[in-house]
Amino acid sequence: MHNTNYHKASSASEAASLLSGADDGALLAGGQTLIPTMKQRLAAPSDLVDISGASDMRGITVSGNSVTIGAMTTHAEVAASKELAAVCPGITSLAGGIGDPAVRHRGTLGGSVANNDPAADYPAAMLALGATIKTDKREIAADDFFTGMFSTALDEGEIITSVSFTAPASCAYAKFPNPASRYAMCGVFVAKGDSGVRVAVTGAGDDGVFRQSDMEAALASNFSAGALDGVSVSADGMLSDIHGDAAYRANLVKVMAKRAVAAAS
Amino acid sequence: MTTVSMTVNGKVAAAVVEDRTLLVDFIREHLRLTGTHVGCDTSQCGACVVHVNGKAVKSCTMLAAAADGAEVTTIEGVANGDLHPMQKAFNDNHGLQCGFCTPGMIMTGIDMVNRYKAEGKTLDEKAIRHELEGNICRCTGYHNIVKSISQAAGEM
Repeated sequence: MHNTNYHKASSASEAASLLSGADDGALLAGGQTLIPTMKQRLAAPSDLVDISGASDMRGITVSGNSVTIGAMTTHAEVAASKELAAVCPGITSLAGGIGDPAVRHRGTLGGSVANNDPAADYPAAMLALGATIKTDKREIAADDFFTGMFSTALDEGEIITSVSFTAPASCAYAKFPNPASRYAMCGVFVAKGDSGVRVAVTGAGDDGVFRQSDMEAALASNFSAGALDGVSVSADGMLSDIHGDAAYRANLVKVMAKRAVAAAS
Repeated sequence: MTTVSMTVNGKVAAAVVEDRTLLVDFIREHLRLTGTHVGCDTSQCGACVVHVNGKAVKSCTMLAAAADGAEVTTIEGVANGDLHPMQKAFNDNHGLQCGFCTPGMIMTGIDMVNRYKAEGKTLDEKAIRHELEGNICRCTGYHNIVKSISQAAGEM
């Protein structure tokens, strides 16, 4: 790892001022992606601003069906939240399936969403739940937030402080983890709420997380795994690599979507 | 350079280190507590697992500076006169062969038993295997590791 200057921020506003004073600074959340990336010298920020201890960016609030999760809430905290499981079990089970227990103790929702790894789990949940991503400057709808592989609508220096969404009537996430890395080769989050059915796919697309509109239409009139039998998923735009070609991933999208619907029904 | 100060196995440990120093390097190179191992150095293998404020973390994927002020427990800190029940269980069940992964297995085992107890959940064989997802052993095939954790769960 190249050397860097470490700073600890106790709030989002302190982080913003530390970041603006740095030459080439980066935010450090749980560090479960950034630290390995720095160790490989694929990233070499001049300054790291550690926001994992920012108290105004942590915690889970559930009020009726309204959910707000602080950006620095860890995967383990989301997975263990009984309050959250009662209204939105899809997101707690998703969090409990990220990485491994030690990674879940450090990794954060905000870090995952900001990084937008094409095989990360949380972007699928945010998109399917129609979440709002709140930053220190504005609110961004999930539909506008994820702009492609490792790419988001965040401006330079903009900090995600929390996400919020309305818990749907039912939802579930199904993923096919790579047998070695455990990253999603395909993960599908299905949510059935007042505004219809939303289906978001991670791991499979060659430009990151996306919504599967044909499936959403089929499920809107008949919310059952069988309703997906007639939907054909094209291999166009699917990732193709050593782990599976585009046709294989297209098939996985359908299989995982059916599992998610069955789990949510 | 940055000054870090934390409590490691009940004793205050402070040093001036480079900001990029990993927690595992602080533990091994500065404190000479070499029971915590570096297996893969890429967050996969879990040989470096320690407890930070009571939670299992991969010390190769955390900066020492981020642990400033924390309570850290390493494999050297779990025995209290006698072996910890988890250590004894690995001994009783031959839960190791070469032993390289064992410090991380024991720290992960203690963490999972504590969490399941706190949440009132049953730690059955399936749960143990799922919880061991981040710890790799290339010798044993895991059977005796699972037996060891299961025994310790009944004794802790």
